[in-house]
Amino acid sequence: MSSTRTTPPSPPGTGRSVRRPGDRVFAGTAKGAGILILVILAGVTAFLLVEAFPALIAPAEEIPGDGGLVSYIAPLVFGTLLAAVIALLVATPLAVAIALFIGYYAPRRLAQVLGYLVDLLAAIPSIVYGFWGIFWLAPKLVPLYEWLERNLGFIPLFAGPASTTGRTMLTVGLVLAVMILPIISAISREVFLQVPSLHREAALALGATRWEMIRMAVFPYGRSGVVGGAMLGLGRALGETMAVAIVLSVSGGITFNLISSGNPSTIAANIALEFPESSGLDINTLIASGLALFVITFAVNMLARAIVNRRADFSGAN
Amino acid sequence: MTQTSTAPVASGSSAPPPRGRERAGRLARWVPWACFAGAAVLVGLLWPVLDLNIALVVLYTVVLGTLAVYALARAVEGPRRATDRLVTCLVVSAFGVAMVPLFSLVWEVVSRGIERLDVEFFSYSLVGIIGEGGGAYHAILGTLVITALTTLISVPIGLMTAIFLVEYATGRLKRAITFLVDVMTGIPSIVAGLFAYALFALFLGPGIRLGIIGAVALSVLMIPVVVRSAEEVLKLVPNELREASYALGVPKWRTIVKVVIPTAIAGLGTGVTLAIARVVGETAPLLITLGITNATNLDPFEGRMATLPVFAYYQLTQPGVPPEFATDRAWTAALVLIMLVMGLNVVARLISRFFAPKTGR
Repeated sequence: MSSTRTTPPSPPGTGRSVRRPGDRVFAGTAKGAGILILVILAGVTAFLLVEAFPALIAPAEEIPGDGGLVSYIAPLVFGTLLAAVIALLVATPLAVAIALFIGYYAPRRLAQVLGYLVDLLAAIPSIVYGFWGIFWLAPKLVPLYEWLERNLGFIPLFAGPASTTGRTMLTVGLVLAVMILPIISAISREVFLQVPSLHREAALALGATRWEMIRMAVFPYGRSGVVGGAMLGLGRALGETMAVAIVLSVSGGITFNLISSGNPSTIAANIALEFPESSGLDINTLIASGLALFVITFAVNMLARAIVNRRADFSGAN
Repeated sequence: MTQTSTAPVASGSSAPPPRGRERAGRLARWVPWACFAGAAVLVGLLWPVLDLNIALVVLYTVVLGTLAVYALARAVEGPRRATDRLVTCLVVSAFGVAMVPLFSLVWEVVSRGIERLDVEFFSYSLVGIIGEGGGAYHAILGTLVITALTTLISVPIGLMTAIFLVEYATGRLKRAITFLVDVMTGIPSIVAGLFAYALFALFLGPGIRLGIIGAVALSVLMIPVVVRSAEEVLKLVPNELREASYALGVPKWRTIVKVVIPTAIAGLGTGVTLAIARVVGETAPLLITLGITNATNLDPFEGRMATLPVFAYYQLTQPGVPPEFATDRAWTAALVLIMLVMGLNVVARLISRFFAPKTGR
C-alpha cells in the first residue's frame, strides 16, 4: 500500500523495518489463525467437558446399564484397547517389511509405483473398509476360527465357541491392521530413507549380506521412527469408528475371547451406534466416553509425536 | 526372488580358483524361482487330494518354496546367506499380503457396486422409494455442499496458519502450534463430531442436526492436514525470491501474496485437494451431526442433510424389507465414494504436475 514512501530506508543497525498498516493487518490475521488452532483444541476439551458434566455427576442408576459411568465406560475402553493392540501387533511387522521391500528390495523403477499402491490403502474411506470387512473378510475367516477353536482352544484367546458370521474382535483387529498399515509403513519408509548411505555402504563393504546390512545399519538408525509410526498407527486404530461399528458383533462385557460372537464394543463404535437414537442423559454419557477416547488418543499421539520429533532433531544433527 | 547382493568381482590380482569356488558357493539366479515353481506344482498336485481353497494353496506354495530356498541356500551357501534369502522371501511375501486387501476390496466394491451405477442412482433421491429403484441424488449433493462448506472454512484458516508458521512465528508459540497441529491430526473423527455437536447443542439446544455442524466437525479434521501440507510447500519457496522482493521495497504482506503464494500455488492446490479427499469419505462425524434424510436438502442451516457415506451406512445397516435393493444402493454409494476419493487423488497429482512453477529457463 504505502510502498511509495519517500523516507530513506532505515539505516543499518537500527534493526527495525517500517511497519506498514497492510503488514500489521496481514500479520495479525496470520497470527490469529495460528492462535485459533490453540483455541479449537482448547474448545474441543472444554465443550466435551461441559456436555459430559451431567453424566459425571449423575447418580449411578441413571447411566445406561445401571452401574454408573465407570462400569459403563470400562468395557468400552477395554474393547478399544484390545482391538487397537491386535491391529498394532499385526500391522507393525508387516509395515516394516513393506517399508524394507520398497526401500531396499523392490526394483528401483517399480518402487515408487508400489509405494503408491500402499498409500492407496490410506485413501479408502473407513466405511468402505467396514463393507469389505463384513462381506469379504469375515465370512472367509470363519473356517480359520473353527480351526483355531478345535486346535488351539485351550488358549483362552481362542476358547470359542467360534462365531458363525466371523464378526469377531480378531476380524476387527485385522481390518484395523489394514487401515493403519499405510501410515506405519509411510513413516518407516521415511526414516529408512534417511539412513546415511555411508552407513549402509560400509556394512556392505565389510561383506554383510543385505539382511545383515539392514540389521546393522538401518534398524538402529530407524528404530525410534518405527516406534513413533507405530504409535501414530495406534492412535488411528483407537479412534477408528465406522469399520468397527459395521463389522463387530457386540454383546458387551470384558472378555479376551477373540473368536466368539460376544465382544466388548469400542468407544468410537459405541458412540456411532448409540448416538443417533439417544437423547437426554444418554447423550451426555456418550460424550463422556468420547472425552475418555479423546484423552487416550491425545496422550498416545503426543507421545508418538515426541518420539518422531526427537528422531528429527537427531537426524538434523548428523 | 531378487538375488542377493552379488559379491564384488575380485580385481585383476585374483586367480581363477577362488573365483571358481565363489561361483560354486552361490546358488544360480534361477534356483529360487525354480523352488517356488516346484512348490506350486507340488501343491497343485495335492490340491484335489487335500481339498484346499485358493488361499491355502497360495499359503502352502509360499511356505514350501521359502523352506526349499532356505534349505538349499543353507546347504550350498552357508547360514548367513540362507538367512538373507529367508528374509528376502518374507519381505516380498509381506508386500504380497498387503496387496490382498487392496485388490480384494476394490474388486468387491466394483463388482457389487456396478449393478446400480445407472442414471437413476444419480438423478433420484429416496423420497417415496420402497424397495427397488431410487438413488443417492440427495446424498451426493449433500456431500458436495458439506465438503464445499468445509473447504471454505478450513482453507483460509489452514493457509493463514501455515503462513504464520513459516513467515512470522518464532520461538515458543511456533513450537506449540506446530506440535498441536501434529496432535490435532490424530483427533479421532468421532470426537471431532462430538465437539461440533457439543458446541452447537450448547447454544441451540440438544438433539440438533444441521449441515453446518457437520462442516465444523470436518473442518476440525481438515485444518491440520491443510496446515501441514501448506507449511511443507511454503518452506520450499526459495528465500532468494523473498529477499529480491524486499530489496525492491515491497512490503512483507505483498511479498507473501504476490511472490510466495504464486510460487507455491501448485503445491498448495495439491495439498488442499488431498485434504478434501481425506474428509470427503468421513462418516462418523456426519452420522452424529447431520443425521440422514430421504429428501433433498441443500440448506446447511436448516434441518437434517443426507451425505454419501452416511447414506451408504444406513442403506447397509437398515435396509428394510426386502434388503437386497438397499444393499445394492449401499455398494454403489461405496463405489461412488471410492471413485470420488481416487479422482481427487488423481486431480492432486495432475495439479502438481501441470501447475508446478517452471524451473530453469
